[in-house]
Amino acid sequence: MTPVLLQLLQLLLVVTAAPLVTGWVRLVKARLQARRGPPLLQPYRDLYRLLQKEAIVAPSASWVFRAAPYLTFSAIWLAAMIIPTFSIDLYLIPAADLIALVALLGLARFATALAGMDIGTAFGGLGASREMLIASLAEPAMLMVTFTLSLLSGSTSPAIVAEFVLHGGIGLSVSAGLALVAMILVAIAENGRIPIDNPATHLELTMVHEAMVLEYSGRHLAMMEAAGMVRLTLYIGLIGCLFLPWGIALPGASGLELAGGLAMWAVRTLALSTALAVFETSIAKMRVFRYGDFLGGALLLGLLAAIFHYVSEAV
Amino acid sequence: MVIAAALGALLALFPLAAIFSRRPGVHAAVHAACLLACLTLLAAGLAHLSAPGGADQTLILPIGLPWMSAHFRLDSLSALFVVLINLGGAAASAYGIGYASHLPSPKRATPFVPLFLFGMNMVLLSDDAFVFLVSWEFMSLASWALVLADYTRAENRRAGAVYIVMAVFGTFCLLSCFGTMVGPEGDYSFAAMRAHPLAPTAAFLCVLLAVAGTGSKAGMVPLHAWLPLAHPAAPSHVSALMSGVMTKVALYAMIRILLDLRAGVPWQWGAALMVLGAVTAVLGILYAVLEDDLKTLLAYSTVENVGVALIGIGLAVAFRDNGEARLATVALVAALYHMFNHSIFKSLLFLGTGAVLSATGERRLSALGGLLNRMPWTGALMLIGAASISALPPFNGFVSEWLTFQILLKGPSVPHWAMKFEAPVVGALLALAAALAAACFVRVFGVAFLGRPRTAEAAAATEVGWWMRAPMLVLGGLCVILGAVPVSLSQALSVALAPLTGATVVMSADLGWPWLSPAGAFRGSYSGTVLALAGLALFGITILLVHRFGTTRTRRAPAWDCGHAEDIVNAQYSGQSFSEPLARVFASTIFGASETVEMPEPGDMGTATHTARKTDPIWVGLYQSMVGWSIGSPIMSTSCSSCRCAAIC
Repeated sequence: MTPVLLQLLQLLLVVTAAPLVTGWVRLVKARLQARRGPPLLQPYRDLYRLLQKEAIVAPSASWVFRAAPYLTFSAIWLAAMIIPTFSIDLYLIPAADLIALVALLGLARFATALAGMDIGTAFGGLGASREMLIASLAEPAMLMVTFTLSLLSGSTSPAIVAEFVLHGGIGLSVSAGLALVAMILVAIAENGRIPIDNPATHLELTMVHEAMVLEYSGRHLAMMEAAGMVRLTLYIGLIGCLFLPWGIALPGASGLELAGGLAMWAVRTLALSTALAVFETSIAKMRVFRYGDFLGGALLLGLLAAIFHYVSEAV
Repeated sequence: MVIAAALGALLALFPLAAIFSRRPGVHAAVHAACLLACLTLLAAGLAHLSAPGGADQTLILPIGLPWMSAHFRLDSLSALFVVLINLGGAAASAYGIGYASHLPSPKRATPFVPLFLFGMNMVLLSDDAFVFLVSWEFMSLASWALVLADYTRAENRRAGAVYIVMAVFGTFCLLSCFGTMVGPEGDYSFAAMRAHPLAPTAAFLCVLLAVAGTGSKAGMVPLHAWLPLAHPAAPSHVSALMSGVMTKVALYAMIRILLDLRAGVPWQWGAALMVLGAVTAVLGILYAVLEDDLKTLLAYSTVENVGVALIGIGLAVAFRDNGEARLATVALVAALYHMFNHSIFKSLLFLGTGAVLSATGERRLSALGGLLNRMPWTGALMLIGAASISALPPFNGFVSEWLTFQILLKGPSVPHWAMKFEAPVVGALLALAAALAAACFVRVFGVAFLGRPRTAEAAAATEVGWWMRAPMLVLGGLCVILGAVPVSLSQALSVALAPLTGATVVMSADLGWPWLSPAGAFRGSYSGTVLALAGLALFGITILLVHRFGTTRTRRAPAWDCGHAEDIVNAQYSGQSFSEPLARVFASTIFGASETVEMPEPGDMGTATHTARKTDPIWVGLYQSMVGWSIGSPIMSTSCSSCRCAAIC
C-alpha cells in the first residue's frame, strides 16, 4: 500500500510545488538584476487568472490545437511522477526508465510543436522548427548520459541509479562528473532557459518556446505555462535524484525518514533553482545556429563520460 | 495444404487478371481475392506459431532443377515473417479495392499485385537455394513491373531503370553467396548448407555477399539509392507493400543466412552491421527530413527504419558468436519487433498518403495544408502513424526503440575494445535518428494536415471511402495495441526466435505480466500498459480539473500572430522553411546543402530568386558509374522559387 500512497503524494507534490519553484527563480533573478520582482506566489495567481479567462481559438485551428495543452501537461506530469523526489519507493517506478522518460518528454514536445503549426502562422512554425532542432541535439546527449549512468550502475532506472549512488557505488568518478555537466546543459536546453531560449522574451526573432504557444490564451495557455513549470521542477528533481540523491528515503523507510527526504528535496530544489537564476543572470542568449556548439558539447561530454568509464575500468 | 492452396490462388490470379484486365470490376475482384489469400496465409502463420511445440512443416515437390526437387519448409522464423508479410499484404489488398478508380492505368498494375505477394511468400517458404532465388526474382520483377505501372512519367521510367540494375546486382550477390555455401555434390538444399563447413575465405565471402545482396534489397546505405526512386513510383498501396513489406523479406533473407544457414558468423560482422545500421538510420532520416515529396520522404524513412533493425541483427550476431544466447535472443526480438512495427506504421503512412493523393491529387508537402479539418479520419490515423514512427510512448515504435537501446547498452559485454567504443557511438547515432524522425514527422503532419491549405486542391479535399479507411483503422489500432501491450508480442517473438539463438527469454520475468523486463538481460523495465493507463487517467483528471475550476468559454477569433496577422497563406511555415535549420546544422557538410538568394538591384522590378540545393555524395560516388546512363544530373533536388517573402520583423 505504501508505494501507492507515496506515488499519490509525489503526484501532488510536483504539481503543487512547480509554480513555487518558478516563482523562486524569477524572484532571485529579479533581485540579482536589482529589481524588486514579482511576489513569490505570483505564478499561482497567474495560472488562476488565466483559467478564468475565455480561450480564443483561431478559425483555422483543428482539434489538435485544443487537445495539445492537456496532452503536453499530462505527459510531463506523468514523467514527473516517475522521478523520485523524496522516496524511491514509488508504485509506478518500473513503468518507465530514463529512456522512456526522454520519450515522454518527447511526446509533450511533439504535441506542442504540432500545436505551434496548427494555426498556420509564421511564428508557430518558426518555434516548432527550432524546438525540434534543439531536441534533435539534446536527445542524443541525454541518451549518452543515460548510457554512462547505466554503465556505472547497471540500470537505466532512476530509482536504481539513486540507490546505487546512495550506497556509495559511484563515489567520485570522472565519468559521473562529465555526465553531470552534460545533463545540466541538456536540462538548460530542454527547459528553454538562457542561453538557448529566453523564457521571458516576446522579441520575435529570439523566441522558441514562446513562439509555439503564441496563439494560446485562457485555460490553454495556463496548461502550457503549468507544463513548463512542472518540467523545470522535473529536471531539477532528476539531476538531484541521479547525482545528489542524499536524503531520499529507501523502501521501508519510517515516517521520519520520509519527512527528512522531503526536507532534503526542498533543500536540493532551492539550491539548484538559485544556481539556475545566478547562471541565467550571468550569461547572454546565443544565436540559433550556435545551439549546435552548445549541445554538441553536451553530446561529446556524454560520449567522453562513457569512454572514460572503460579507460578507468581497464587501468 | 491451406498455404499451398492460397499460394496457388495468388499465382493463378496473375494470368486471370491479365486476361480479363479490360473488364470493369476486375481490379476490385483481384484485390478482394488477394485479401482472402493474405488472410488465409496470416491465419496459417499464426496457427503454426501458436501450436504447442509446433514441428516444422516440410514439402518436397519433384519440380525445379533436374537433379534435385523443390524444397519448402515452414519453421517458426518463416511463420513469423509469413504473419508480418500477410498482415501488410491484407491491409494493402483491402485498400486496393477502394483505390482502383484513382489509378491512371489499373490494368498495368492489377495483375502484378498477386504475383508480387506470391513471390514474397515463396521466399519465406523456400528451403533450397533454387526455389529461394526463383521466388526472389518473382518478387523483384513483379515489383519492377509495378514501379513501371505509370510508365508515361519520365521519372518512373528512370526509377525502373535504376531499380532493375540494383535488383540484378542483389540477385547476383545472393547467387554467388549460395554458390559459396553449396553442399557436397552440388546439393543446394538449405539442410545441406547448414551441415557443410566452410573454409575461412569462403565463409568471409559468403557473409559479405549475403550482406550486400540482402542489404541492397532492404535499402542499406550505401546500396539504398534506388529505394526512394522506386518505392514512390508505384501506386500507393503497392508502395506500402514495397516499403513496409518487401524490405522485411530482404531482412528475413539476411537473418536466415547469417543466423541459420551459417553457424558461426564472427562478432566482427555483427559490429560492422551495427555501424552500417547506425549510418543507414541517420542518413536515411536526414534525407527524409529535407524531402518535399511525401512518398519519397516515406521511402527515405524506410531506409532509417531498416538501419534500426540492422543494429538489432548486428547485435544478435555479435552476442551469439560470444556465447551470450539470451542477449542474442533479446537483440533479435528487438529487431523483429521493430520490423513488425515498421511494416504496420509505414503501411499506414503510405495508405494515408494514398488517401491524400486521391483526395487532392498532390503528394508534395508544399501543396498541402489544413487537411485534418477536411479529412478527419485520415488525419487522425496519420497522426497515430506519425507518433508511432517517431518512437513516442505509448505507441508501438517506442517499444522496439526501447528494446534496441537497452540491448545496445549490453553491447559492451562482448569483451572486445571495438565493441565497447562502438556501442555508445551507435547509441548516440540511434538517438539522433530517433530525434530527427520526430522532427521529420512533426514536419510532415504539421505541414500537410495542420495550418491553412496552400492550394485550392488542398482546400477542396474530402474524406476517402470506407474501403480505404478500414485498413488504415486496423493498422492504426495495431499501432496502439502493440505499443500498449508490449509484453505479449515480445514473448511470442522470443519463443519463435529461440531456435536461432538457442535460448528463450521470459520477457516479463522480473516483475510479471504488464512490465517488460527481460530476464537476465538487463535491469530496466518499461510498461506501455501502465504508462498508457496512467497517462489517460492524468489526461482526464487535467481536463476535469481545468473545466471545474476554470471557465469553459471559447471564442473563435482571428489569429494574433504577434500583431502581423495577414491573409497570405504562404506566410505560414512551409516544409522547406521547417527543415532549413536542420539542414544548416546537419546537412551542410554531408549533403553540401546550400542556399543562395539573389535579390534584384534596388529599383529593379525583377523577381528575387531563392535556390536551395543538396547533393547526395553516395549517388555521385557510387551510382553515377553504375547507372549514370539512365540519370544525368548529380543534384539530388533543386528547388527554385521566386517569391514575395513574408518578412518577419
